[in-house]
Amino acid sequence: MLRFLIQRLLLLPILLAVFSIVVFALVQAPPGGFLTSYLATLASSGSSIDTAQVEALRKQFGLDQPFHVQYLLWVNGLLHGNLGLSLEYQRPNAELIQQYLLLTVLLALFSFVLTWVLAIPAGIYSATHPHSPLDYVLTVLNYVGVAIPNFMLALVLMWIAFSWLGLSVTGLFSPEYVQAPWSGARVVDLLKHIWVPTIVLGLGGTARLTRIMRANLLDELHKPYVVTARAKGLSEWRLVLKYPVRVAINPLVSTIGWYLPQLFSGSLIVATVMNLPNIGPLLLHALISQDMYLAGSVLMIYCFFTVIGTLISDLLLAWADPRIRMER
Amino acid sequence: MAEHVEAAGIPDAVGLPALSNAGAAAAPVGLGGAAAEDRVSLASNWTLIWWRFRRHRLAMASALVLVVFYLVVLVPDFFSTQDPEATDARLAFIPVQPPALLDRGRLGLTVPGVTGRRNPVTLRMEWQVDAARRTPLHVLARGYRYRVLGLIPTDIHLLGTGVPARTGVGVGAEDGVYLLGTDRLGRDQWSRLMHATRTSMTVGLAAVALSVVLGALLGGVSGYLGGWLDVGIQRLIELLQSLPTIPVWLAMSAALPRDWPPQKVFFAISLILALVGWTTLGREVRGRFLSLREEDFVLAAELAGCSRYRIITRHMLPAMTSHIIATSTLAIPVLIISETSLSFLGLGIRPPAISWGVLLQEAQNIQTVAQAPWLLVPGVFVVIAVLAFNLVGDGLRDAADPYGR
Amino acid sequence: MAADPRGAPAPLLSVHDLKVHFFLGDGIVKAVDGVSFDVFPGEIFGIVGETGCGKSVAMRALLRIVEPPGRIVSGRILWRRSSRAEGPTSPTEQGGPGGNGVVDLAALPAGGPTMRAIRGAEIALIPQEPMAAFSPVHSVGGQIMEAIELHRGIHGSDARRLAAEICRQVGMPAPEQRLDDYAWQLSGGLRQRALIAMAVSCDPRLLVADEPTTAVDVTTQAQILRLLRRLQRERGAAVVFITHDLGVIAQMADRVMVMYLGRVMEQGPVDAIFHDAKHPYTQALLRSIPRLNSTTREHLPTISGSIPHPLNQPRGCPFHPRCPHAIPGTCDVRRPALRPVGEGHLASCFLYSDAEEPAVEGATPA
Repeated sequence: MLRFLIQRLLLLPILLAVFSIVVFALVQAPPGGFLTSYLATLASSGSSIDTAQVEALRKQFGLDQPFHVQYLLWVNGLLHGNLGLSLEYQRPNAELIQQYLLLTVLLALFSFVLTWVLAIPAGIYSATHPHSPLDYVLTVLNYVGVAIPNFMLALVLMWIAFSWLGLSVTGLFSPEYVQAPWSGARVVDLLKHIWVPTIVLGLGGTARLTRIMRANLLDELHKPYVVTARAKGLSEWRLVLKYPVRVAINPLVSTIGWYLPQLFSGSLIVATVMNLPNIGPLLLHALISQDMYLAGSVLMIYCFFTVIGTLISDLLLAWADPRIRMER
Repeated sequence: MAEHVEAAGIPDAVGLPALSNAGAAAAPVGLGGAAAEDRVSLASNWTLIWWRFRRHRLAMASALVLVVFYLVVLVPDFFSTQDPEATDARLAFIPVQPPALLDRGRLGLTVPGVTGRRNPVTLRMEWQVDAARRTPLHVLARGYRYRVLGLIPTDIHLLGTGVPARTGVGVGAEDGVYLLGTDRLGRDQWSRLMHATRTSMTVGLAAVALSVVLGALLGGVSGYLGGWLDVGIQRLIELLQSLPTIPVWLAMSAALPRDWPPQKVFFAISLILALVGWTTLGREVRGRFLSLREEDFVLAAELAGCSRYRIITRHMLPAMTSHIIATSTLAIPVLIISETSLSFLGLGIRPPAISWGVLLQEAQNIQTVAQAPWLLVPGVFVVIAVLAFNLVGDGLRDAADPYGR
Repeated sequence: MAADPRGAPAPLLSVHDLKVHFFLGDGIVKAVDGVSFDVFPGEIFGIVGETGCGKSVAMRALLRIVEPPGRIVSGRILWRRSSRAEGPTSPTEQGGPGGNGVVDLAALPAGGPTMRAIRGAEIALIPQEPMAAFSPVHSVGGQIMEAIELHRGIHGSDARRLAAEICRQVGMPAPEQRLDDYAWQLSGGLRQRALIAMAVSCDPRLLVADEPTTAVDVTTQAQILRLLRRLQRERGAAVVFITHDLGVIAQMADRVMVMYLGRVMEQGPVDAIFHDAKHPYTQALLRSIPRLNSTTREHLPTISGSIPHPLNQPRGCPFHPRCPHAIPGTCDVRRPALRPVGEGHLASCFLYSDAEEPAVEGATPA
């Protein structure tokens, strides 16, 4: 177990290094680069710029260096905590990202909690009361839920809230709190706004998780150890929770580590639709305007979280299932 | 159909029960006899799968829905009522005109008409459905000209008002029928939806086909040959699976040049989706190959002197094909949703090409949606298609599992 | 169920005309179709029969753990509760007539507190497959202690000490260490012993052993049987021993019941069954056992035909399609009732008695 952990930890930097190359190649891939689109924006707004100034800009941004030099410069910066400068906003990326990162993580956590709180009991009920009316309702909801794209759900919920409840549910803060420093009142405001995106993101995962929980539990419910427990005189719900649920939930626990980064990157589209201060829309915008350092940094953050998440998944699986733990 | 045979020695076939001996007084109800057993034992694998699939009523219904969808894919123009590209700013945001069979007691397909009123403040036309005026709808009516499959010119459509129109120029509000309303540029949503269906359903298929080729090839090679090639491909799969999918898709799509023609973009999007999506299938194929390699029937084939190629193609692949098909069918909806999401963000299929995601782009902000909620209907199509694929895939997977009921 | 005035002890368990049916989509499977037997304190009662004869279902019915779509449709399972039994004795829970601390298990709610107090504490199950009967993610000791904590009110380190003691009694070496192991870490024999330890931990008066020797090899089988005999003698418990192995029955049982297609074919003391079998089915079963001293190059006797499909049971006596002595016109029309053919020896066959079962389907429950 320890050996396995060390193996994976050593693999981490290698994985991240490979990813950094991939990420850098991706953000460099659009033809033209930042300067071209920047100039195009300038041109369309009427102002122009002469070649000397263009050259100066090119030098300033380091865009005249060959590819691998640029890459090494960037990686060097990353390792020193310098995420580069946003070409568009002319501010350090770290500053930009920091604001949004916290809120993104918070949103992901809330959605995750909602998903599990809904899905696990629903899955347990469905498995222990098969073919009951509620089971049919839940099954239908699950199938439809898996079929609805995230952003579609967001749009529909937003529309309902707007048309019938008169609420405007975009953004995570009321206008007066957007740029304000953190305070108790700001937290309350956040909580008032965060429940809609939480529901949108949480519901999406609920359907999938319920189906898996139900399937896993159904597999376990008729096994001999459950019968043995019943024969010992345990009450039904107690034995279901203690034995088959515990076994059925193992594979799900291992997906927690992997699921959080999924939520993280999956919230991107919903965040765009709902205009949330999330690093997702930040990335989108950076990609479209070819603000490559910003895009690269955000992508690396995503990669980092995903890799950590996978590691946590494996750890959780080993911890939850003694069969795996002992065999390492 | 009740026949009794000496049952000693005949094993159960596909769940058919052992029969009682001659002399039993009771007649078995619905258990069949030797004839049924023969049919089962002589049927090929595919026939068996088809029989078992047939029993899933939900899966059969979903398969029917998919057939209808793919009919639309073949000839979207036939199902359209108007030229999807025709824009007319005056016809913006016409609401849904639901067809009805009964009109003042008389049988006949009609749609309510629309009346327009110019808003004195914004100077824009605002349309409302007028149930009093009814426009008759004809089945197999004449409409704008198009080519079936790009070859046969015709102007017959499934539904229409019968007033022919010149391609590119919209029909006036009085003569047109807008089954799903229009968008901000006055384009008929129903017709656009038909064309969008073609794109979205095909991207899913194309991406899955590519995934399968990549996954089966690399997974198969990895599983069968083993060695350092296996290790290498394994690491590659792990790497790809560790990437955050949506951000990477976005980045790859953003890298596509803005000036590419729609077809090129289409293929590029399919390729991008497949490049990240093949890993799941690859892993499964590899896993299957590894476990099949240890099976006794493979050993028997080797001992009988079969060549490696023959073992793979005649013995191992058939054991996996049904599983691959079922898995692929279940992968298509994921790809459809991915393409829809990408296009919705503006990074997938681009106008003038139409897909469900592109249509949904029109519904990006709340004000527009509140004003014209019918713009959300493409999303309903997405849900139906995904649901249908999921149900069919589930049915296929259950039917193909040799150890299932 | 009162004590026999001649001085013979009253039965511990008395089953009357038990019927357990499974309501499937294709039809009704009558897994247990009118079974009656008694189990006396301290005896080993063997239930023997081929696969599908209903012995496992009958066993589950005793413990009221039959799973839907099966349920007890009629019959009584009279159990004499121990004098030290605590637990609710509200009138609704008494379940039918009995008196003297006798309760009808068939009438109790399966998940109710009375039944749960009986299950595990007064009647305990030794399941068939030791590996599968333990949870893979809980320690063996924990599962043994669970029964102790549940029924005997002993917790914590006291429970652990008791568990270790019981493990020692079943012959487990170094029981203290074994308690923290998982089932899949133990060897086959140790697992089996742990299973038995779990069953006897609350000192039940009736042990139900569901094919305890089927999943083990012959040497382990001998050890298990010896252990069971010893425990039974030491604790004075009765054992209902379910198996399809006639040899094991001959070794272990005091009284035997032979089942076929959910009904009792023959019942009686082990010697009577083995040396003086009356029912044609029992005779055929005994004939089909290979013997060491049989002549070589001789066909092994078999029972002709095969077991009918459960949805397709024959009319009349269930065995008549395969019976060499079947009487046409009688055996294929009427069902024989279980009647005495000797001292404590009963058989259901028209060769010995003309009594028949009433033809009414779905007899009224007790």
